[in-house]
Amino acid sequence: MTEPLLKVRGLKIGATAYPPGEKPVAIKIVHGVDFDLEAGKVLGLIGESGAGKSTIGLAAMAYGRGGVEITGGEVWVNGRDILKENLRNLRRLRGAEVTYVSQSAAASFNPAKKIMEQVTEAAIFQNKFTKAEAEARAVDLFRKLGLPNPETIGNRYPHQVSGGQLQRCMTALALCPEPDLVVFDEPTTALDVTTQIDVLAAIKEAIAATGVAALYITHDLAVVAQVSDHIMVLQQGDMVEYGTVDQIINNPQEEYTQALVSVRSIRHEEKTPSDNPVLRVENVTARYKGTNFDVLKNINVDIHPGQTLAVVGESGSGKSTLARVITGLLPPSDGQITFDGRTLNPELATRPIEDLREMQMIYQMADTAMNPRQTVGTIIGRPLEFYFGLKGKAKQQRIQELLDEIELGQGFQDRYPAELSGGQKQRVCIARALAAKPKLIICDEVTSALDPLVADGILKLLLNLQKIEDVAYLFITHDLATVRAIADSIAVMYQGKVVRYGPKSEVLSPPFDAYTDLLLSSVPEMKIGWLEETIENRRMESAGN
Amino acid sequence: MHPILKLIAQRLALGLLLLFAASILIFVGTSILPGDVAQSILGQSATPEALANMRRELGLNDPAITRYFSWLGGVLQGDLGTALTNGRDIAESLGGRLKNTLFLAFWAAAISVPLAIFLGLLAVRYKDRWPDKLISAVTLTTISIPEFMIGYVLVYWVAIKWRMFPSVSIINDSMTLGAKLNAIAIPVMVLTLVVLAHMMRMTRAAILNVMQSAYIETAELKGLGMLKIIRTHAFPNAIAPIVNVVMLNLAYLVVGVVVVEVVFAYPGMGQYLVDHVSKRDVPVVQACGLIFAAVYIGLNLIADIVSILANPRLRHPK
Amino acid sequence: MKNIPISAMIGLFFTGIYFLMAVFAPWIAPYGMAEVVGDVWEPSSSEFLLGTDSIGRDLLSRMIYGGQTTIFIATAATILSFTLGSVMGFFAAVSGGWVDQALSRFVDLIMSIPSLIFALVVLSVMPTTVPILIILMGLLDSTRVFRLARAVAVDITVMDYVEAARLRGEKIGWIIFRETLPNALSPLVAEMGLRFIFAVLFVSTLSFLGLGVQPPQADWGGIVKENKEGINYGIQAALYPAYAIATLCISINLVADWILNRTTSLKGGRG
Repeated sequence: MTEPLLKVRGLKIGATAYPPGEKPVAIKIVHGVDFDLEAGKVLGLIGESGAGKSTIGLAAMAYGRGGVEITGGEVWVNGRDILKENLRNLRRLRGAEVTYVSQSAAASFNPAKKIMEQVTEAAIFQNKFTKAEAEARAVDLFRKLGLPNPETIGNRYPHQVSGGQLQRCMTALALCPEPDLVVFDEPTTALDVTTQIDVLAAIKEAIAATGVAALYITHDLAVVAQVSDHIMVLQQGDMVEYGTVDQIINNPQEEYTQALVSVRSIRHEEKTPSDNPVLRVENVTARYKGTNFDVLKNINVDIHPGQTLAVVGESGSGKSTLARVITGLLPPSDGQITFDGRTLNPELATRPIEDLREMQMIYQMADTAMNPRQTVGTIIGRPLEFYFGLKGKAKQQRIQELLDEIELGQGFQDRYPAELSGGQKQRVCIARALAAKPKLIICDEVTSALDPLVADGILKLLLNLQKIEDVAYLFITHDLATVRAIADSIAVMYQGKVVRYGPKSEVLSPPFDAYTDLLLSSVPEMKIGWLEETIENRRMESAGN
Repeated sequence: MHPILKLIAQRLALGLLLLFAASILIFVGTSILPGDVAQSILGQSATPEALANMRRELGLNDPAITRYFSWLGGVLQGDLGTALTNGRDIAESLGGRLKNTLFLAFWAAAISVPLAIFLGLLAVRYKDRWPDKLISAVTLTTISIPEFMIGYVLVYWVAIKWRMFPSVSIINDSMTLGAKLNAIAIPVMVLTLVVLAHMMRMTRAAILNVMQSAYIETAELKGLGMLKIIRTHAFPNAIAPIVNVVMLNLAYLVVGVVVVEVVFAYPGMGQYLVDHVSKRDVPVVQACGLIFAAVYIGLNLIADIVSILANPRLRHPK
Repeated sequence: MKNIPISAMIGLFFTGIYFLMAVFAPWIAPYGMAEVVGDVWEPSSSEFLLGTDSIGRDLLSRMIYGGQTTIFIATAATILSFTLGSVMGFFAAVSGGWVDQALSRFVDLIMSIPSLIFALVVLSVMPTTVPILIILMGLLDSTRVFRLARAVAVDITVMDYVEAARLRGEKIGWIIFRETLPNALSPLVAEMGLRFIFAVLFVSTLSFLGLGVQPPQADWGGIVKENKEGINYGIQAALYPAYAIATLCISINLVADWILNRTTSLKGGRG
């Protein structure tokens, strides 16, 4: 049997943490991982944050980021153990045999140098190609990756191209020296979903065309299923399961893998709209001070009591601005909002306290939504005290009830936010909103910063609470899977307008308008061959037109 | 017009505006405050007639705005007025002193700037090891001691105990460059020490900031050597912050000069200013104050413009 | 309060000693402040621990009383600059709009002239008394406090938890005192240490130039001025204030550093 391109045995990785005022602590990130990667194949590394996937990816270049150190094991690349090589030899490996594509191309390109210079730098420096050859190769790669003006785009500076284009340039940078292996570290995570599909297809085609092997790191199983031959599932620095894509997606053995595969399978029966919406937004138009274009254009939506309206759109679509207008932070320039039968004052400062109480908000970043100097008890207790005048024992009892409702239980009252996990923080924020006994809760991307399994738990909790408390949600998100899981009605937003609106079943069934079609078809499905199918469909459609 | 030229023109205009406002502030500081200039000059025992004469002579009976504009008009034509104490033309007395002050500041800068950048690089190279720690300890000490005390400590050791350089720095035009340099050796050392620590610390922070960028990691993962990374990737991005650091410290140096000149009886502008503050010679104080403020604003302006020029986003707009 | 690092301990210890000496100066000093007790520049002896000064006063007593003056002026100026700067800074940040613009541009203007030069300009027409020194230094330095306080407050007021409090309908008082201030306090307290150091250096410099505390009152800068001629004869009298100022300032720096580090550790709490 031939030797694999990359052979990892017993890989152990650690880091040193420096808690301020205390002695440094050694942390183990990866505890002994084994895998092989054949030449020309793609291995997907998948796991939640803290699983150690990026660290393993960089170990293929014998590189530790920050204070990270490879503490044991072997990493064989092209028949030699690179962990035993000196720095000189490692430099000949990095950028020549193994290259790297990072999550944020915007940060990874030097802002002071032209794209072409940076894309060809490694190939020239490593004596793989002459300058002329490398540049010709780069232009060829730009073309393969579907970049506009492939001949001239290299003369631009990084800030002069869009995020999706720069991510493709980063891929060109990695492929230019004709490496044997490319490490892709969440290359599409920072992109909007309609951009992601194009970049993903471009990366896949470029891999196929150059015959390079790849480690593809992501937290999104549906994405990795499109590009990989094999998948390795990681959890907390340990390998959970390894198999072919087909086996992992269609026949996962381990419980954790099964959970990851079925993560988006919450099914929610849509409720019928009532006659009296709890919130009615009519003809709302809004712009920010000092700008001359409308961020929201003539918005009309209703939210019905005890139901969920999901507002879905990509970055810049105006969906968060809608929340600001409804809460009164940004008074609309036109239109009106009716809440529970009464017209809301446009300005927050002039709204009666009862209006404020009945409409609560939950934020995307639970970290910044809680005062780090207040305990969980104070955070949840304040609305009780402020709106209902609860004090002493009654307040304590109610806080405990709320903590039970969000499934946190005893012993959390005296903790500070910094002592909670991401999911726990978001739960506390939910409890704070519930404490006001609201009729409507605005949820702004509340699950976007969380790992899929944790996000799933939060969604289930929100659905459950809706049943108990009969509260309506305005659910703002960019993630269509979340929408499917939780919505009763849906508003699709694009460039400040609602392009499609209605009950979930209608919005998600054809015939679609062009944007909704693009959006829906861009969401990766956990199905092998989805990417090719979608791209093929689009080609046929555009040919048909 | 290229947007960057527009931006620079804007900054220059802003600098001029600031200088104009500073001149108002200096004028207001010396004329509208409750202290009576005539009284201060003549002392408590002055007769009412003498006071009235003095007030008339100084034009204090005119409204403040008239006085301000006649003063400003004079300044713009190079006429800084006459000193109250000796009746000499201020511009004339200042000329030679300004030259001396710039001579001193120039040599202090010529030594401290390259040294600070070199030591800053050294601190980055040996980050968290002993050279870095030593540098930060020395920094802490030197920013905790006023300039004049560093001056006397050096005089005590270098001039008196070791007899290497003179303790008083009197120079005149007939001296050779070597003799002048020998005379100002200790003041230059003091000024260097005063700004070195700050400059070093800020250079270190600026370089570290650049070195922690993701694009430096990209360069490392291309297999480039440390020196090449610093030369081709870190340096172009570090110029602006380093120039900024240097300019800020040169501005600081200008202030340090005032005190150091007094310590070493050096015939520069700082000593001239301090002398005339105690003699309450307002026109001289106004003139010196304005010149110091102009230098300070000018240095900050240069720092601003360099940052604009070095920013690729501004140089190559979309 | 446990886990105080050794450097902060040393800092606290020396800072404490200096302040105690300042407060109890009349009981500690062996001789009177302006009392001529010996010959000119006597060397140190059991009678005069640090020797005598340029006109035969006990140098140790001068140092202790000088410390009292210097520390008093610096403390008063710091309190003034701090109160004024942070109140105006918070006010600017919370008000926003033209109030913020006007205050910020005015502060920019004041800061476009070096503090020492500005002080000299003003002192050329003002009598140099202790209250005037305190007010002048306090006002000039409040610009720096203003900038910091404003920046910190702006950082905090954009946080979601402040928005959440506003959405809840909380009054401005709650938002400033319960949401903003507790999070702004540590950087401000650390800055207070640095402002104090600056005030000590500033008043010493002015006194050295003869434009600060006037004789016969003792202060550290003035002691240097009185004894500077002695340096030429190898007499260290003028250097003692240097040692005193350096140790005091370094000690306070160590304490400020520690406070600042504690802040970042609290802020860094993530997941």
